[in-house]
Amino acid sequence: MGKGVLTAICATLASSVAVAERSDINLRQGVTDISEQVYGLHMTIFYICVVIGVVVFGAMLYAMIFHRKSKGAKPANFHESVKVEVAWTIVPFLILVGMAIPAAKTLIAMEDTSEADVTVLVTGSQWKWHYKYMDHDVDFYSLMATQPEQIANKFDKGENYLLEVDRPLVIPTGQKVRFLITSDDVIHSWWVPDFAVKKDANPGFINEAWTKVNEPGIYRGQCAELCGKDHGFMPVVVIAKEPAEYQRWLAEEEAKQLKAKEEEQKLLAMNMEMDELMDVGKQVYQSACAACHMPNGEGLPGVFPALKGSDIAINDMQKHIDIVVNGVSGTSMQAFGKQLSLKELAAVITYERNAWGNNTGETVQAKDVNALITGN
Amino acid sequence: MSSVADDLHHDEHHDHKPAGIMRWLLTTNHKDIGTLYLWFAFIMFLVGGAMAMVIRAELFQPGLQIVEPNFFNQMTTVHGLIMVFGAVMPAFTGLANWMVPLMIGAPDMALPRMNNWSFWILPGAFLILLASLFLEGGGPNFGWTFYAPLSTTYSNDSTALFVFSVHIMGISSIMGAINVIVTIFNMRAPGMTWMKMPMFVWTWLITAFLLIAVMPVLAGAVTMVLTDKYFGTSFFDAAGGGDPVLFQHIFWFFGHPEVYIMILPAFGIISHIVPTFSRKKLFGYSSMVYATASIALLSFIVWAHHMFTTGMPLFAEMFFMFATMLISVPTGVKVFNWVATMWRGSISYEMPMMFALAFIVLFTIGGFSGLMLAITPVDFQYHDTYFVVAHFHYVLVTGAVFSIMAAVYYWLPKWCGKMYDQTLAQWHFWCSLISVNLLFFPMHFVGLAGMPRRIPDYALQFADFNKWISIGGFAFGLSQLIFLALIIKASRKIGEPATAQVWDGAEGLEWEVPSPAPYHTFETPPEVK
Ligand code: HEC
Ligand code: HEM
Ligand SMILES: [Cu+2]
Ligand SMILES: [Cu+2]
Repeated sequence: MGKGVLTAICATLASSVAVAERSDINLRQGVTDISEQVYGLHMTIFYICVVIGVVVFGAMLYAMIFHRKSKGAKPANFHESVKVEVAWTIVPFLILVGMAIPAAKTLIAMEDTSEADVTVLVTGSQWKWHYKYMDHDVDFYSLMATQPEQIANKFDKGENYLLEVDRPLVIPTGQKVRFLITSDDVIHSWWVPDFAVKKDANPGFINEAWTKVNEPGIYRGQCAELCGKDHGFMPVVVIAKEPAEYQRWLAEEEAKQLKAKEEEQKLLAMNMEMDELMDVGKQVYQSACAACHMPNGEGLPGVFPALKGSDIAINDMQKHIDIVVNGVSGTSMQAFGKQLSLKELAAVITYERNAWGNNTGETVQAKDVNALITGN
Repeated sequence: MSSVADDLHHDEHHDHKPAGIMRWLLTTNHKDIGTLYLWFAFIMFLVGGAMAMVIRAELFQPGLQIVEPNFFNQMTTVHGLIMVFGAVMPAFTGLANWMVPLMIGAPDMALPRMNNWSFWILPGAFLILLASLFLEGGGPNFGWTFYAPLSTTYSNDSTALFVFSVHIMGISSIMGAINVIVTIFNMRAPGMTWMKMPMFVWTWLITAFLLIAVMPVLAGAVTMVLTDKYFGTSFFDAAGGGDPVLFQHIFWFFGHPEVYIMILPAFGIISHIVPTFSRKKLFGYSSMVYATASIALLSFIVWAHHMFTTGMPLFAEMFFMFATMLISVPTGVKVFNWVATMWRGSISYEMPMMFALAFIVLFTIGGFSGLMLAITPVDFQYHDTYFVVAHFHYVLVTGAVFSIMAAVYYWLPKWCGKMYDQTLAQWHFWCSLISVNLLFFPMHFVGLAGMPRRIPDYALQFADFNKWISIGGFAFGLSQLIFLALIIKASRKIGEPATAQVWDGAEGLEWEVPSPAPYHTFETPPEVK
């Protein structure tokens, strides 16, 4: 009998530890020293709460059972006791002091962004992240890669539904990576649970955070501050690679981006065919514009204007190029000049001028866009 | 305390009041206005609840099924605004209107005409807010916290209506608060000294001061949003020298005291019900008063715990972490006092007590997660996830809303003169209790596992819990219809007649007038010994 109780207790304890480590119902320990400390703090404060809860609810339950009127309990007369009241003010206070000390230590470590090995500028905008390696010529946008058909329940949902991007951020393991975090429009928040890093991206200000990842791997998070319509659809994906592999990746990426810029110059001398422009344009439109102007070009009345049948998209070509390249300041229409290549800009503008019955029959070429950018 | 029930009979024949709708439009009677507030709050609770049902229906499964993300955001925003400003706050004001004069032996509120106004501008405010949902582009979609610049540069034109309606709600609250303060200061029955005042009166007095202190701050915040959006100022726009984080400081300087505005009167209610059904005096009355006052004071220096991830200086993060941990001490004292009141009492389990007990346990669970959220380094992980949604629903739904329900069960016989229907009450309690936990408890899990709040669609690992959460949500929503039926029944005067005393263990002036309480009470003040 006694043995049975003992095994039962052990089993409950063991299972409660197992439960605590399940990442579908508990915080994850993550892959950095800091995230492990944070997990430790979380479990400590949790257990403190459990103990206080057991004592308080236990006393309450006892009274509820044994001091029942139906059991004939007669009410006692006491209604104050300075000693008891002082005690239950002081004791919780001391417990909290005990909790505050390790919390403060971890906090100080988390806010120490000095002596970083790598610095990445992270910029949020509606609804994508932009990463720029401060010491290299590498920068790119990172957009959610889940197909709209999955969201609309037309295709089966993939394993990393809503948590996958076209171009993840890559960082080295074992090195201190500093993030400078800001925004181009509203407030976003860059969050990777496995690093215990969550920092708001405030427009016009730069926040700092850092991490030092111990394990290579793919880590996923999401934007954590309401940033408008597609707030739920701007994931963060970070790949941590061994330093050597990271260096190789960085060099390749740098070369690739350089080459792309050269190709761009060549493009200025060529004319692209309507079909090709429409194909590329459709893809660009789906990934960069459809979130606001909607896949059917009809926009959201009162929020995002329709491009289908819009005067600008049918008539004034210069204005059209201008708006797409420079955006409309004071609105959520961003300047896409920095975000897309000349070819993509030309293609998407052509697409908008010919899709959904906007049949202008006109093409826009990379050189037209370039002319507007360079001002001639 | 003296018995005044006998003198009251002759009061009844000058119950002159106009018939029909004019009675309600023109009334300056604190009981009528209290009733209006309570009905209004209940209707808003159902409207806000319907929006929660939309949210939960969309989140039942991964993928977008029912609403567009933009509409989803309008639902969360308006749900939050309605529940806070339309349901919980007016319900407490209604209870204050009904009960404060009865508890302090006053014939009415001190400023009856203003009382009429402070109620009757409210429906207008909410009509404007709800109507904005039908504009082209929809209503407010930036969360009830309306952070700039999402609510300024990037919002649609319904923002002007949003600002206008929040202004009206604020004016209404301030008028209500002034009325409570003036009434309590000037109209207490002879002999009712400060430290003899019932706890509900104390907590409401302190709440009223909080309201007067922070509602103007909210008004300032919405006004700055308005001028930033329409008149070219840049309080919150870095390009013009402003700062979006400034908005959050201003908002939460209002917002944190606001959450205590929604819980202090609840503490008062529970401090009446627990002693009544334990047949024992409230343990530590004076420490309850001091704890309430210190919570109110501390509530002004903890606002930035909502903003740990905004990138404050380390020093500020530490300060707000310690201050927030500190505020849990007086809150703990309250809970300990209630348990000590029950200790060696003679407890019985009528419906008000059932809700009060559920309140104590579930509010404390919300308090625990609040304490966890205070630990800054861990808050970085919890912030803006469903863990927070779980936390504030435990304190607001099983806290504030349950206390309001407890209060309704406790005083309904006094208001209507009839006992509520016991069977319906049991059904209401048990259905609510089970469904509310199914609804909000698993939110802790998905939050810890990493599900952000305010998203219309989520990753697959959250799917199972969300299904259960939604089922809990629908069940909780339906359970409230039982409550509606129960209240309608009692207000149609169907049920067992209630005595003046109603509950054998109850103490206080409100139990010395007959049930139902006559239209005019305490025209000659009672004597409190
Ligand atoms: C974050 C939302 C958003 C995204 C993404 C977006 N736009 Fe816009 N767009 C707007 C808004 C808002 C306006 C209206 C600006 C104004 O008030 O003048 C607009 C206006 C326009 C107009 C002018 C329409 C008219 O009739 O006035 C064009 C053309 C346009 N966008 C093209 C694009 C293209 C091309 C893309 C993708 C590369 C794109 N937009 C992506 C929000 C967006
Ligand atoms: C009927 C039961 C309720 C259900 C099912 C419910 C459900 C929800 C859900 C799912 C959210 C989160 C939305 C999101 O982050 O995506 C939410 C937000 C919120 N709820 Fe409730 N809720 C209920 C009752 C209440 C009550 C009674 C109150 C207030 C007293 C309340 C106050 C709030 C607030 C303030 C928010 C935050 C809104 C925002 O994010 O801007 N809720 N509710
Ligand atoms: Cu974002
Ligand atoms: Cu976001």
